[in-house]
Amino acid sequence: MAMEDVTGRPSPKIGMRASPVVWARRNLFSSVGNTVLTLASLYLLWLAIPPVLDFTIFSAVWSGTTRDACLGPDKGACWPFIWANIGQFIYGRYPADEIWRVNVVFALGAVALVPALIPSAPAKRFNLIFLLIIYPLIALVLLAGDRPGLRPVPTSEWGGLLVTLVVALTGIVVSLPLGIVLALGRRSSMPAIRMLSVVFIEFWRGVPLITVLFMASVMLPLFLPEGMSPDNLLRCLVGVALFSSAYMAEVVRGGLQAIPAGQYEAARAVGLSYWRTMGLVVLPQALRHVIPGIVNTFIGLFKDTTLVLIVGIFDLLGQVRAQLSDPSWTVPQGALTAYVFAALVYWVFCFGMSQYSNFMERRLNTARER
Amino acid sequence: MSEGQGHKRNGRTPLPLGWNNPRVRSIVYQASVLAAVVAVVWFFATTAQENLQRLNISSGFGFLDNTAGFGIIQTLIPYSEQSSYGRAFLVGLINTLVVAVIGIVFATLLGFLIGVLRLSNNWLIAKLAAAYVEVMRNIPLLLHLFFWYFAVLRPLPGPSESLVPLPGVLLNNRGLILPAPVFEAGAVAFFVAFAVAVAASAFLVVWARRRQRATGRLFPAWRCAAALIVLLPAFAWFAGGAPFHLEFAVEGAFDYSGGMRLLPEFVALVLGLTLYTAAFIGEIVRAGIQSVGKGQREAAASLGLKEGTTLRLVIIPQALRLIIPPLTSQILNLTKNSSLAVAIAYPDLVAVFSGTVLNQTGQAIEVIAITMAVYLTLSLVTSLAMNWYNARIALKER
Repeated sequence: MAMEDVTGRPSPKIGMRASPVVWARRNLFSSVGNTVLTLASLYLLWLAIPPVLDFTIFSAVWSGTTRDACLGPDKGACWPFIWANIGQFIYGRYPADEIWRVNVVFALGAVALVPALIPSAPAKRFNLIFLLIIYPLIALVLLAGDRPGLRPVPTSEWGGLLVTLVVALTGIVVSLPLGIVLALGRRSSMPAIRMLSVVFIEFWRGVPLITVLFMASVMLPLFLPEGMSPDNLLRCLVGVALFSSAYMAEVVRGGLQAIPAGQYEAARAVGLSYWRTMGLVVLPQALRHVIPGIVNTFIGLFKDTTLVLIVGIFDLLGQVRAQLSDPSWTVPQGALTAYVFAALVYWVFCFGMSQYSNFMERRLNTARER
Repeated sequence: MSEGQGHKRNGRTPLPLGWNNPRVRSIVYQASVLAAVVAVVWFFATTAQENLQRLNISSGFGFLDNTAGFGIIQTLIPYSEQSSYGRAFLVGLINTLVVAVIGIVFATLLGFLIGVLRLSNNWLIAKLAAAYVEVMRNIPLLLHLFFWYFAVLRPLPGPSESLVPLPGVLLNNRGLILPAPVFEAGAVAFFVAFAVAVAASAFLVVWARRRQRATGRLFPAWRCAAALIVLLPAFAWFAGGAPFHLEFAVEGAFDYSGGMRLLPEFVALVLGLTLYTAAFIGEIVRAGIQSVGKGQREAAASLGLKEGTTLRLVIIPQALRLIIPPLTSQILNLTKNSSLAVAIAYPDLVAVFSGTVLNQTGQAIEVIAITMAVYLTLSLVTSLAMNWYNARIALKER
């Protein structure tokens, strides 16, 4: 490795508008070491890209209704497998004639989410209250049914992307308020409250999510009275919510620490109570500071939802695994096809969120510099 | 703390003991929260006791001495089906530690490489490293593991058609087979010589640094240390008659024998953990290096330091200060994430203990409590060690 690579100099931007040859000389072949590196990475790309493109596009099977279409030598990805199971991947085993309810929930969520993400959109407060309180309740009623006019659908029939989103959304909706309370508790002047918050936060942050899920699915029933056994999905939701609120608490605490003491003192000087100080002065500033951190926690949570498949809940990845064992679609390249598809779905969600987090971070930074 | 200042009231007469007295309020709040916690714990404890009696589940840790009666596919300490549950726990714990340590080493190395490459002058290299980070960290770890295990390693051909990526290295659906190092009698001298060389080098470096501080005279300590570490063991090796060889796997009727065999589950887990965590470490390293101000580099250059010396004495020590705390949490994450092994049936602590042992004994509370205690201890030990290191390299402000 050439030493000058490590110095962290921003790559020269002046060359960007120069002719391609000049640009290449500056950015790819500026020294012997750089030339070697460029050639080595070109070779690496030449090794990696053609097989990937060949598998996913050129040799891939694009149409067909049975596994026979995908059998045979030199066949690439078996996309018909995905088309045939796309309903399972999105809705799981949700009853076919009730799927409109899931679609309504998805559509309502999208309609409420988009203006919430646009910083300049109006009625932000109402929008967030709807998204974080009213929407989850509507979604619960619509999805579970159990109300007059709606057929109840047990959670064992939920699956696929629906479960992934339900777990992730429950995590964020519960963890945000709980995390704020825990963060305030950790910075409280009351020793008992502080100690309880620290123990709670450090406990959940110190154990892996899998053990939390095992605890929720195996151990929790032992702690509840006989007959009162919430279903498996609900138990996991409790575990995920507690787990992510500990992480959220640490993010919020970072924001609280960034608020100068003068803000607290000024609020006290005008006679605000503790809760008004926090609610009107400190938290609005602190939370705005840590929006990128909150989004990052949400990305982590979204990826962690896959773990529920280990305790027998069919989220998107679990549903993909389940369909893979379907004998009518057993093809040699099936596993690779299915995991590439699942990876793409997760990647789109997570990359989108991380781009949004970057965008907010840039916005916050420019606002601070002004 | 600003909240605490209400207590004093500038030496005026103390407030009457009513609801308007912050002290009273604080005590009431704390007492009620504590009472609520105690009540919840008491409720759970009594219900658990009733449930255990009703379901006839025994409690206590006596089960650890009972015979396990199941096999484990990777045991680094002697273990058989006649061993106890306690022994199975130990096997699982060691498997977890092995995967975590190997994963941490590889992920840190790869992560530093990626972080440095992202800052390369070379446009192509920087973009490739950025693409690596964006692809790897936005895909769930469990999917990484499934991909490597179910889509790559399991469909490999059987032993008779093994892939040979390097001479002596075999890859088939039963795992990765590496040449095993075999040490003969004289090897002890080699290891002793190596240990002596390392100890002497450490001493030499410390001594040279002290002398430089006291007198300003330089001593080529690193070069001498390198020579010591190479030459002394080499001498011992030749004197002992080269007491070391590699044992290659031999093809048998159905499978290879000999060599060092790594299970596909193990390989998939190490690959997944390493590639996933390296993306995060790469970002941490990049941010750390970028945080070192331009002026530092220019000052070093104007003092006449060479590029490599600048890096070693100016950039890296300052970057490390920002890198260590988030690196610690990544290392902790990797350790905790190694529990995903259960999804691909690598016999780690969770798979063996919270999986098989829990199913056989039904003692969910004890088993999960032990498992969580182990991870909490590992977290605590790792963060203590890293905090100690961090305190050593932290900025010493006057």
